[in-house]
Amino acid sequence: MKNFLISLVAIAALWLIPYFAANVAVLKLLIAVIIPYAAVVIFLVGFIYKVIDWSKSAVPFRIPTTAGQQKSLPWIKANNIDNPFTKMGVIIRMLLEVLAFRSLFRNTTMSVSETEHGKRLAYKTEIFLWIGAMAFHYCFLVVVLRHLRFFLDPVPACVQLVEFFDGLMRVEFFSSVFSIGLPGIMMSGLILLAAAIFLLGRRLFNAKVKYISLMADYFPLQLIIAIAISGIFMRHFFKVDLTAVKQLSMGLATFSPVIPTNVGSIFYIHIFLVSMLVMYIPFSKLMHMAGVFLSPTRNLTADTRMNRHINPWNHDVKTHNYDEYEDEFREVMKNAGLRVEKE
Amino acid sequence: MNDKAELSNASASASMKLIPSGDKKWIILGLIIFVGLFTFPIWYNMLKCSAPIQPVVLSAKAKAAGYCVLPKSEMVSAHMQILDEWRDIVVREGERTYTSPSGKIFTMSLSNTCLDCHNNQAEFCDRCHQYASVKTYCMDCHVNPSKSLKENMQ
Ligand code: HEC
Ligand code: HEC
Ligand code: HEC
Repeated sequence: MKNFLISLVAIAALWLIPYFAANVAVLKLLIAVIIPYAAVVIFLVGFIYKVIDWSKSAVPFRIPTTAGQQKSLPWIKANNIDNPFTKMGVIIRMLLEVLAFRSLFRNTTMSVSETEHGKRLAYKTEIFLWIGAMAFHYCFLVVVLRHLRFFLDPVPACVQLVEFFDGLMRVEFFSSVFSIGLPGIMMSGLILLAAAIFLLGRRLFNAKVKYISLMADYFPLQLIIAIAISGIFMRHFFKVDLTAVKQLSMGLATFSPVIPTNVGSIFYIHIFLVSMLVMYIPFSKLMHMAGVFLSPTRNLTADTRMNRHINPWNHDVKTHNYDEYEDEFREVMKNAGLRVEKE
Repeated sequence: MNDKAELSNASASASMKLIPSGDKKWIILGLIIFVGLFTFPIWYNMLKCSAPIQPVVLSAKAKAAGYCVLPKSEMVSAHMQILDEWRDIVVREGERTYTSPSGKIFTMSLSNTCLDCHNNQAEFCDRCHQYASVKTYCMDCHVNPSKSLKENMQ
């Protein structure tokens, strides 16, 4: 709980800084131009540094026990995707992992339940975590793709297609406080927010997960929730001049930035929070976006029974086996009356 | 039994290949692809040479009137919410007149009010929407009064 609250306070601070800074012209330049550029540079350099660093670490021995029978004798049925012995099998396993979170899908949860025979241990699939994670990641992808409309001019048809399908659901709600209708709601934004709240709630209310949750787990989720909230607020409640916003984002993408004059502080909050997230990625668990490709249990062919794998950094050890030993000392051995193998 | 013998033979046989672990090139390739995708907007805009944005044209009629439904800053960001509100009030409550905070009276109508003053939809509404990739479906049903019936039917 302490970790949760500290990181919540940090998020609140990140929200308030641009809220106040947006009133000062110089700080506008900082938040709308300098920090986003800095965030992208830190992200790219940090990301590349991390991955190159990982690429230098030792490749472990191939791990064949990955939830499937390894190929062995012809009459034993092998699982060629879960325990692949070909490159193609590895690629399929990796694609299933990256696109469908296969190992998370098979995640089970353990519980002790009271039955007529006494207490029994039971393992159940933990499908809701998988559903939440799938919803979260795919909506995040759609949200990122939709935002390309601010960075591309003319906006390509494929981005507009994403927008079209995302906005298919039309909801109208009118009240004296706020109304929703036009611009239409985008499903991805709402599902992203709901899924992120679910994933955060899991960490708060599931005692086992709460016990292992650190600040580094709460902070990214809270940050993403704050970003989603600020985006939804900006779209539906505190409207901003989108033409001016696009002029700014196009300026960033073409290295000729202009600072909009008449854009509300909600926009500065949004772009500041996003910059923080982008900057934070290389230092955080969010690097799993690259790390998943380097998982040894996913990316190595399980062909240890077919090919001999030599550790590439093995020392060239000088050996002196018995044959050589006897060659060297044969005469001495004979003189001492010892038996030799070759006369 | 036979198979077992075969297996133990196989594990000792000299025909085994030696595989060095040379995965680094794939990691570098993956990184290059990632950076290429991440910086996609930069080189897309360079290749496309996006035309400088064309400012929206205020029609002569609007210029002559000199005012919009709400002050310009509010129109720019919230005109769709006004339209939505108008639609709701007209269709659900049957009320058709709107009094703006500044006391001006408007008929709540997309075609007869907005597009009457802004009678240059293509250089006004559409131009702006295209830049921000906004697709409105309103004109599927509503007419643009400055176009002929035939043009509207298309
Ligand atoms: C200054 C540029 C600009 C002009 C001029 C303009 N619009 Fe818009 N319009 C926008 C933007 C930007 C949006 C999208 C807002 C958003 O997504 O939050 C929008 C959204 C809309 C929407 C909601 C679309 C949806 O489904 O979400 C409607 C309807 C609309 N405009 C009608 C009009 C009409 C009618 C006119 C002409 C009288 C007009 N607009 C002129 C910029 C403009
Ligand atoms: C009486 C004529 C009149 C009517 C009716 C009218 N407008 Fe306007 N509109 C104007 C004028 C004049 C301006 C420019 C205001 C300014 O520059 O201060 C304007 C500005 C705008 C802008 C901002 C354009 C820009 O330069 O960025 C939008 C968007 C807009 N109107 C949409 C609408 C919509 C939607 C409606 C219907 C709900 C509507 N207008 C009805 C006259 C009108
Ligand atoms: C399926 C056809 C259809 C579509 C699409 C449509 N409307 Fe309408 N709209 C109607 C009808 C029918 C009325 C009722 C007309 C009346 O009572 O005068 C109406 C009424 C309205 C009114 C009030 C009356 C008037 O004369 O304008 C507004 C404002 C309005 N619509 C706005 C919009 C906007 C904005 C969009 C796009 C987001 C839109 N409509 C899309 C059919 C449609």
